[in-house]
Amino acid sequence: MSLATAPFAERGEVLIEAHGLTKRYGGHSVLDRVDLTLTRGALTTVIGPNGAGKTTLIRLLLGLEKPNAGTMVKPDGLRTGYVPQRLHVDESLPITVRRFLALGGARPAAIAEALRDVGAARVIDSPLQSISGGEVRRVLLARALCHDPDLLVLDEPTAGVDLQGQADLYELIDTVRRKKNCGVLLVSHDLHVVMAGTDQVICLNNHVCCSGAPDAVSEHPEYLALFGPRAARTHAVYTHDHDHTHDASGVVVPLEEGER
Amino acid sequence: MLDDFVTRALIAGLGVALVAGPLGCFIVWRRMAFFGATMSHAALLGVSLAFLLNINVTLGIAVACLVTAGVLLSLTRLKVVPADTLLGLLAHAALALGLVAISFQETLRIDLLSLLFGDILSVSRGDLGWILGGGVVSLGLLAVIWRPLLSATVHEELALVEGVRVRLVQAVFVLVMAIVVAIAMKIVGLLLIISMLLIPPAVARRFASTPEIMAGLAALVGVVSVIGGIEASLAWDTPAGPSIVTVATILFVVSLPLSSAVLRALFKNPEKAHHHHDH
Repeated sequence: MSLATAPFAERGEVLIEAHGLTKRYGGHSVLDRVDLTLTRGALTTVIGPNGAGKTTLIRLLLGLEKPNAGTMVKPDGLRTGYVPQRLHVDESLPITVRRFLALGGARPAAIAEALRDVGAARVIDSPLQSISGGEVRRVLLARALCHDPDLLVLDEPTAGVDLQGQADLYELIDTVRRKKNCGVLLVSHDLHVVMAGTDQVICLNNHVCCSGAPDAVSEHPEYLALFGPRAARTHAVYTHDHDHTHDASGVVVPLEEGER
Repeated sequence: MLDDFVTRALIAGLGVALVAGPLGCFIVWRRMAFFGATMSHAALLGVSLAFLLNINVTLGIAVACLVTAGVLLSLTRLKVVPADTLLGLLAHAALALGLVAISFQETLRIDLLSLLFGDILSVSRGDLGWILGGGVVSLGLLAVIWRPLLSATVHEELALVEGVRVRLVQAVFVLVMAIVVAIAMKIVGLLLIISMLLIPPAVARRFASTPEIMAGLAALVGVVSVIGGIEASLAWDTPAGPSIVTVATILFVVSLPLSSAVLRALFKNPEKAHHHHDH
């Protein structure tokens, strides 16, 4: 059976299978024979220091750049939602959050629903430049969700957000993944907070140093060599145990039953 | 009706203003003011090119602008010098080259001042055809690429991932810029073209809540500037192109928040004070 005709349904369905991805810039290998498998319902976290090729990997997976070598298999019609690291819109451009989401081609009902899903319904008519850093992340996530993606790709989703905000965002990503049953690829240079729900951690430093379940990776010798002995002490698999959560404006809202 | 030089000037000016406003919005949003100025400096080269090849001047200018834009974009990718240095270098190199090339032509046929500052009151029926034709084509192209260009302006990679053909859309945008520079040359001259592209959006920004309202208001500001400038030029015998730009500048100054406060204080009419809320 070809991948093209496979129904996008059950958890575990392969969304992207990459083998030997290699990207060179001027003779220097930024990515060297990287293997990667992303599946529906699974959360994969790529960690690595600056310059490890994390952004290049994302660009290859999104089709923004072509690899020098390697293969990448995706089912036909795979819908990928991309949450970029930064959003800079010039002050001179009058644009609301609603219009920003509509630019992606979403219908009005889908826009309102996506904003509710990420807890940012409040800012729907705010100018895009007036919302906070945490709200920007939620709005970018909403834009990706408008397309009902099979795979969500997030580049440093918590950069520039305070610690509580980071925890809230990781929880939100986890909630979205469960609700939409999509695959998630999350890229981070943040060693201290790796979300509890991560199924697979890939430690990248131009090549794949090690990969596997979070606990296994954090004890791997190559991981320790790359991030130093301090990482072994300070790194902790992030576990979250709250009896409440926060919406985009920071207001405390109680968790629903079963969400804890 | 078209026999009257004032009527021809008004129609030509309005034709340019209507497309310069919306196009100028994108130049402001994308921070391409210097890019636009560099392109318009190349217009002089286009004039000499047109005389050399014996083709229409408007066409010659558009071609020269496109070539300059192409050179600019490829040199920017090479990253030999910083982008703004390259822009400044190319703008003034093109201007100097254009002046040298013009000096080789039969001087009697070319009035340098009218090339630099425009000569809207001498617009012929033929010119009018080119200006209106160019205006309609560029406005049409801009309408076609409006949404994808807006999407790419807000976030280029997001647009790419969502399937927007960003390179194609940007190429069409540069083409529209070249056409508008070519048709605006006759109206305000190459040194003032960029002000017709930048000032109307700058006035419109404060009063606009959507990109489309801003584009429409910018076109309106351009229209008012053209009519005001031509009237002023006739009344006080001032050069028409600079008068148009001066009227636009006055509109900009009046539109500043400080000015509204001063005006309100002067007329002391708080009930009629215009209050604009977005919530």
